Amino acid sequence: MTLAVHLTKRLHAGFVLDVSFLAEPGVTILFGASGSGKTTILRCVAGLARPDAGRIAIGDRTVFDHDGGVDVPVPDRRIGYVFQQLALFPHLTVAHNIGYGLAALSRAERHRRIAEAAASFRIQNLLDRRPGQISGGERQRTALARALVTEPKALLLDEPLSALDYAIQLHIMDDLRRWNAGRRIPILYVTHSHREAFALGERLIALEHGGILASGSPHEVLDHPAQAPLAEIAGFENVFPATVSARRERAGTMQCVLTGTATELEVPLGAAADGTAIHVAIRAGDILLSDREPAGLSARNVLRGKVVDMALHGSTVVATIDADACFVVHLTPGGVDTLGLRPGASVWLIIKTYSCRVARSPWHS
Amino acid sequence: MDWQALWLTARLATIVSAILLVVSVPLAHWIVFSRRRWTFLVESIVSLPLVLPPTVLGFYLLMAMGTRSPLGRLWIDWTGHPLAFTFEGLVVASLFYSLPFAVQPIATAFSQIDPTLREASATLGGSTLRTFFRIVLPLSIEGVIAGAVLSFAHTVGEFGVVLMVGGNLPGVTRTISLSIYDHVQALQYREATATALFMLAFAFAVLLAVYGLRRRPLAAGPLA
Repeated sequence: MTLAVHLTKRLHAGFVLDVSFLAEPGVTILFGASGSGKTTILRCVAGLARPDAGRIAIGDRTVFDHDGGVDVPVPDRRIGYVFQQLALFPHLTVAHNIGYGLAALSRAERHRRIAEAAASFRIQNLLDRRPGQISGGERQRTALARALVTEPKALLLDEPLSALDYAIQLHIMDDLRRWNAGRRIPILYVTHSHREAFALGERLIALEHGGILASGSPHEVLDHPAQAPLAEIAGFENVFPATVSARRERAGTMQCVLTGTATELEVPLGAAADGTAIHVAIRAGDILLSDREPAGLSARNVLRGKVVDMALHGSTVVATIDADACFVVHLTPGGVDTLGLRPGASVWLIIKTYSCRVARSPWHS
Repeated sequence: MDWQALWLTARLATIVSAILLVVSVPLAHWIVFSRRRWTFLVESIVSLPLVLPPTVLGFYLLMAMGTRSPLGRLWIDWTGHPLAFTFEGLVVASLFYSLPFAVQPIATAFSQIDPTLREASATLGGSTLRTFFRIVLPLSIEGVIAGAVLSFAHTVGEFGVVLMVGGNLPGVTRTISLSIYDHVQALQYREATATALFMLAFAFAVLLAVYGLRRRPLAAGPLA
């Protein structure tokens, strides 16, 4: 069974979700920063939100088709959904939570299925407890068992494990894989965590600003520097559009010119030809400052600049430095004193090649 | 103590709060969960008795029940007597007057339910009806009870509307609050004091019940 999703939905001014993908049986990761549209995709597939256009089908069963006027109500879609907040029913026991979707079955059959699902997810000892009386990992397992006991045709997981220890995450995912081994339903797993994406996914779809940036195996999409989606560098303080000016295959580096400046940086070699538009991302804490021109350094990027502004945030000094391009640098108050740093002072920026992260520009692929 | 008025008031309030419970739960459900944009209009109409002087409401109801209104004539054709100045007329008037006191606590309780719980129920195949009885109602039961109790208490205490619509007929439309008024008019302060004291104790007991219930909501604490 394959889940086919083609949908567009306007969420607010300037943000349009527009995606088209097939999710094969097994785990497909939807990866992206918050606000990239991941959860909305799940809500549209489940029927909790209505796309403006498009079609959603599981196998040959269409659950939504804008042009064909098909919009199967949520209770009839038979799509399991594990919410980010889990949404366990607080007044029902674990057993009643799991059995909630089995109302149509006989009492005996329902009990058999509850016991079976509870055993699959190792919560058979908790059946009489309420959600408030069990641990986070146990609640997680209960939510999974509750969604899966109904034998859904597809499963949607919205960052269900992000609050848990890594070891427990892996454990639960193993149980989920084992459960799905015989059934082979498509599972959409939303996350913004790298680690989860690598550990859990067979395939990965990277989302950014409502569109698909890249798809493939997690390694193909996330590991290759030149293929890294912009989502991944969303947390970097310095992101510059740039153009590749020279490739040094032997050295494993390439030169690039930051757009609109004469500043040239040496960055790790990626699969980008000369003239390709890329983004260079550098963490503010990875940039060193010197009050005189450094000599005898292995770092290849040394830029001269002037301190424009300094501000204290907690115990971090955030300095803005104009070196043709404008850099944000984090340093300690002690570092500021040692360098005698003040607005207007001349400084040298030192940036290691491998502190530069290269991302493909989405509009140039 | 005017036992006749007390018995009449108890009957009136019981009937009114029972009917209101049946009406208010679906109405509150619609106001809170409907996606329509004009739920606020219905909400405003329902809440009108909160701000309208009781005599104004009573006046309009009296007009609507009169022989010259289509509604009043329909009732006469049906039952053979007019609705005004009867116990039934009092019930109808009290339904309007006490409606917001039933709807508001119920609507408030409904709106405090985590919307993902209803969504989770739907993804598990739960119809709106099943979601209501298995999820919404159990999690808002104290609000529903508060609605019933408050509408009961409020019906017991109404004065202006009762006077306008019911007149003051002993055994038919004279409620306990009218009885106090009569006692005072007749300078029977001992009787008035006894009844007033009884009403004070009753009102306090009602509030104790309502607030006591809120102190230990069903789904709070370790079960949330």
